[in-house]
Amino acid sequence: MNSAALNRTTLPADWRDFLALTKPRVMSLVVFTGLCGMLAADVPVNPVIGFTAILCIALGAGAAAALNMWYEADLDAKMKRTARRPLPAGRMDRQSALHFGVGLAFFSVILMELATNRIAAAVLAVSILFYVLVYTVWLKRRTPQNIVIGGAAGAFPPVIGWAAATGNVTLLPVLLFLLIFLWTPPHFWALSLFVRSDYAAAGVPMLPVTAGLKTTRQHILLYTLPMGVAAVAPWPLGLAGAFYGIVASAFSLVFLGIAVQVWWNRATEPAGMKPEKRLFAFSILYLFALFGALVADKVWLS
Amino acid sequence: MAVVTDPEEEVRRRQKGRAIVMAVLLAAFVILVYAITIAKMSINR
Repeated sequence: MNSAALNRTTLPADWRDFLALTKPRVMSLVVFTGLCGMLAADVPVNPVIGFTAILCIALGAGAAAALNMWYEADLDAKMKRTARRPLPAGRMDRQSALHFGVGLAFFSVILMELATNRIAAAVLAVSILFYVLVYTVWLKRRTPQNIVIGGAAGAFPPVIGWAAATGNVTLLPVLLFLLIFLWTPPHFWALSLFVRSDYAAAGVPMLPVTAGLKTTRQHILLYTLPMGVAAVAPWPLGLAGAFYGIVASAFSLVFLGIAVQVWWNRATEPAGMKPEKRLFAFSILYLFALFGALVADKVWLS
Repeated sequence: MAVVTDPEEEVRRRQKGRAIVMAVLLAAFVILVYAITIAKMSINR
């Protein structure tokens, strides 16, 4: 082994690598939806308690991400998109990642219980366990439906935010859960269409790898329909006002329009997959816009 | 940027970086627990 390689495996990991384990960019969406769930509850929350609840959601998401990277280090090494992460790049040993992830998970759940309530802490614990055990360990390498069921893990933050504010879980946070749950498959399948060679090389049974491009494009369109219904539903059910209803309807129609373009597209190479790339980018904006509109509707316009 | 070649020096640099980050996080945690205690007391009053 050359000295550079020896140094890389024996040196203590840099603190920036621990931060990278928490997937900070993914965390921003988790924090945003969690915060919106809390604000949409429209009950007075002490700012310190509210801040702590959001911090716990972020730490819980970071813990789940660290444990995901610990378990998937071998997969990450095979994919261009993930090969430079701390574990596959050899900047950190696996045990450090495991200890960091488990410690952060316990810390976030205990702090959530102490600062807010047992319901919020329980949902946070379930979301971490779901992401690590159900999605990462059980489903991801076994079934092309991995992202469908595993998507539930990312749908918990607004429920946790709501529970932290109110101490209960009602129909609106359940609909917000359903919205993210149904949004996840089209979002990830759009991505997996133009990076499918990566997934194929790593042996991950994503839908484009196992069922082909045409079936994946059909699935994206099929999931967009119930997603749109779940997005608009709070309005006719009287859980949100007209402002949210109009924003949700308009953005869902645009989402559906791009999903139809994806369905029509016959490109087999990433260079020809502009609709897929557009759908992936728009899906992120979609979630930010809908949750932002919900908060604006509940807090300022009601 | 200077390239550090001595492994021992690099180990010390990383340990120092981690120690500083840990100290900042612990201080932040102490402040947070204090603020939560005050907030809980004002809620329960």
